[in-house]
Amino acid sequence: MKRNVDIKSMKYEDFNDNEYIEQMLKELRENGTNVIVGCLDDVIEWGRSNSLWPLTFATSCCGIEFMAIGAARYDFARFGFEVARASPRQADFIMVAGTITNKMAPVLKRLYDQMADPKYVVATGGCAISGGPFQKSYHVVNGVDKIIPVDVYIPGCPPRPEAMLYGLMQLQRKVKAQRFFGGVNKSISEKEYEKLMREDTNKAEDNRDYDESGLA
Amino acid sequence: MENNTAIKDRITAIEPAAVWSEAGDGLFKVPAASFRHLAEQLRHAEGFDFLRSLTGVDEGEEGLGCIYHLENTGTGENVAVSALDTDRENASLPSVHDLWKGAGFNEREAYDFFGIKFIGHPDLRRLYLRDDWKGFPLRKDYDMSLNPLNMENEEANDDSPSYVMTKDGGYILKRHPLFEDQEYVINIGPQHPATHGVLRFRVSLEGEIIKKLDVHCGYIHRGIEKLCESMTYPQTLGFTDRLDYLGAMQNRHALCMCIEKAMGLEVSDRIRYIRTIMDELQRIDSHLLFIACLSQDMGALEVFFLGFRDREKVLDILEQTTGGRLIQAYNRIGGVQADIHPDFVKKVKEFIKYMRPKLQEYHEIFTGNVIVQQRLEGTGVLSREDAISFGATGGTGRASGWACDVRKRHPYGVYDKVDFKEIVLDNGDCFDRYMVRVKEIEESLNIVEQLIDNIPEGEYLMKTKPIIKLPEGSWYSAVEGSRGEFGVYLESRGDKSPYRLKFRSTGLPLVSCIDTISRNAKIADLIAIGGTLDYVVPDIDR
Repeated sequence: MKRNVDIKSMKYEDFNDNEYIEQMLKELRENGTNVIVGCLDDVIEWGRSNSLWPLTFATSCCGIEFMAIGAARYDFARFGFEVARASPRQADFIMVAGTITNKMAPVLKRLYDQMADPKYVVATGGCAISGGPFQKSYHVVNGVDKIIPVDVYIPGCPPRPEAMLYGLMQLQRKVKAQRFFGGVNKSISEKEYEKLMREDTNKAEDNRDYDESGLA
Repeated sequence: MENNTAIKDRITAIEPAAVWSEAGDGLFKVPAASFRHLAEQLRHAEGFDFLRSLTGVDEGEEGLGCIYHLENTGTGENVAVSALDTDRENASLPSVHDLWKGAGFNEREAYDFFGIKFIGHPDLRRLYLRDDWKGFPLRKDYDMSLNPLNMENEEANDDSPSYVMTKDGGYILKRHPLFEDQEYVINIGPQHPATHGVLRFRVSLEGEIIKKLDVHCGYIHRGIEKLCESMTYPQTLGFTDRLDYLGAMQNRHALCMCIEKAMGLEVSDRIRYIRTIMDELQRIDSHLLFIACLSQDMGALEVFFLGFRDREKVLDILEQTTGGRLIQAYNRIGGVQADIHPDFVKKVKEFIKYMRPKLQEYHEIFTGNVIVQQRLEGTGVLSREDAISFGATGGTGRASGWACDVRKRHPYGVYDKVDFKEIVLDNGDCFDRYMVRVKEIEESLNIVEQLIDNIPEGEYLMKTKPIIKLPEGSWYSAVEGSRGEFGVYLESRGDKSPYRLKFRSTGLPLVSCIDTISRNAKIADLIAIGGTLDYVVPDIDR
């Protein structure tokens, strides 16, 4: 069956950089989908993409703009993002708003690991994308994609709220283009992912010396 | 510094070894051995009770050391003292944490960046970097490749080292536990919605009463001061906006002022008027956000929306002239980036007219609320002595009865020409800290109203050389940021980039006093205390 990704608030041709999502759709169509599963997929993804819950995570300047899109003027509730969660266990995507430093990097990785699948990452602002103005610093990670996989990049320093909304709508499109049934949202296969997870858990159980103070 | 002549003779009388160095603002150079004696005399006999800024420096051959900027809050006298230790391997200085409480955290910072051991400091852990960090990054000979990205979780280190003086003049390392085995310690942050960013507390509880609190900083330490050392002066300006992003205008104003002072450049009246108006608009913006965040932390979500509604109006005005919403990049060395927008005056007047009655709305919905009053009144009391000793300036200091406004103490811009009240309240509790800021919005509106009609004609950008080089020397200048004194210490060796650039964080004194004021408070009050202290974490960590 033929599938497309439509976002109600914006016309299809108004989105830029479509190749990535087009590619996903093409793969989807070429592999073929069962009608029943496809219909179910459509319904589930319609629901998922319109109720993406962000994690309230902000390290610096971009966090204030993140608050601004939560407030009345820009109001991301119109797109279904308004339920910002303080716990990673309940969040669907993490908006990395601000610089990630070397000390923060393990914490961010842990937050990401604590989130339930399917999960997404939005790198907001120059710092999260590449280190931004602090690229040459001794204590700044040059891009969060070195630590966790990133789905959407929103450039700016800080990006305007409109840019953030646009980026989040791109994320909605990506969610819609995915298959919900048949695999978690990972670039690696399900088996590999499980193996990694098992290794992680076993390691922690054997040593018992990990820092429990940061557990949410 | 203004009153140096009188104090010069007195310092030479206390410590004959102190040498006056003329370059820049001028400072006293004291040998490390006799520094402690001078510090005690200055604190107790001369009444220098406010440590404005403590800057670690690496002077190469001359050794490592610190520069102390002191102020007497009674007389307004200022003095800068530098103490250097020539032994680079084992640099050590006597600690002054018992004279000025604010030195406690600042010395930890200097230890972290330069590896200077402060003898007698009770808790000399690293402040920003991880405990397993190798080397000291702000030393000139630091090797960047020593510390690759380490994805191992940081271990919670529970003992604090301190160096104790022995009888033969040496010192030994002692370790003592931070928390006892039986203590119930909970962790808050770095990912917590009420810490206003990535600050981390470890709180020792008895029931729900806080017994001890340990602050961990550095989760957003970006090494701005080190980066500045490799940038030209105009390039360094960009970082100031990103320190305390709610005081972007004021921070940049401070650095521009410092560089202009070093260049000997007088800016035109128009520039000073524009800068002052912009500073005040930024202050209104920041205080509105303060109310919004405080109310959100306390569960009054409606006021969050009100705060942001009014804040957007300020941002619109700023955006029209500067082109930026949050980070404006407006001030430049010798002026401002662009002239004000033709509609600027009209829009500002409209805003003043709009804002005054809206303040009443906050009072009706938030200030008068019973829950708010019960949670804020009487909690987290900071005494006046402690506020001065910690150097907790801004709204926090003024709520404790300390008239610490830089706009009054060391007028800059056109603050000496406008008539405004310095809001000072006496209780020092959370409610007063909140009220100071609400009243300051009114005062800021008054200041802007007085200035907006009288902006004189003139240049908006003075002519400067394409490559800016400063003479040798050191300068310190400060502005009243949105949340306290924001100072810039600049040391130049005659190059086109600074030798050392230090920003006096407005937030660091605020988090250093949080242990003192939250003891014996309930754990739930910590949220209100943190909210009313109004720190911005990237400004603390720099």
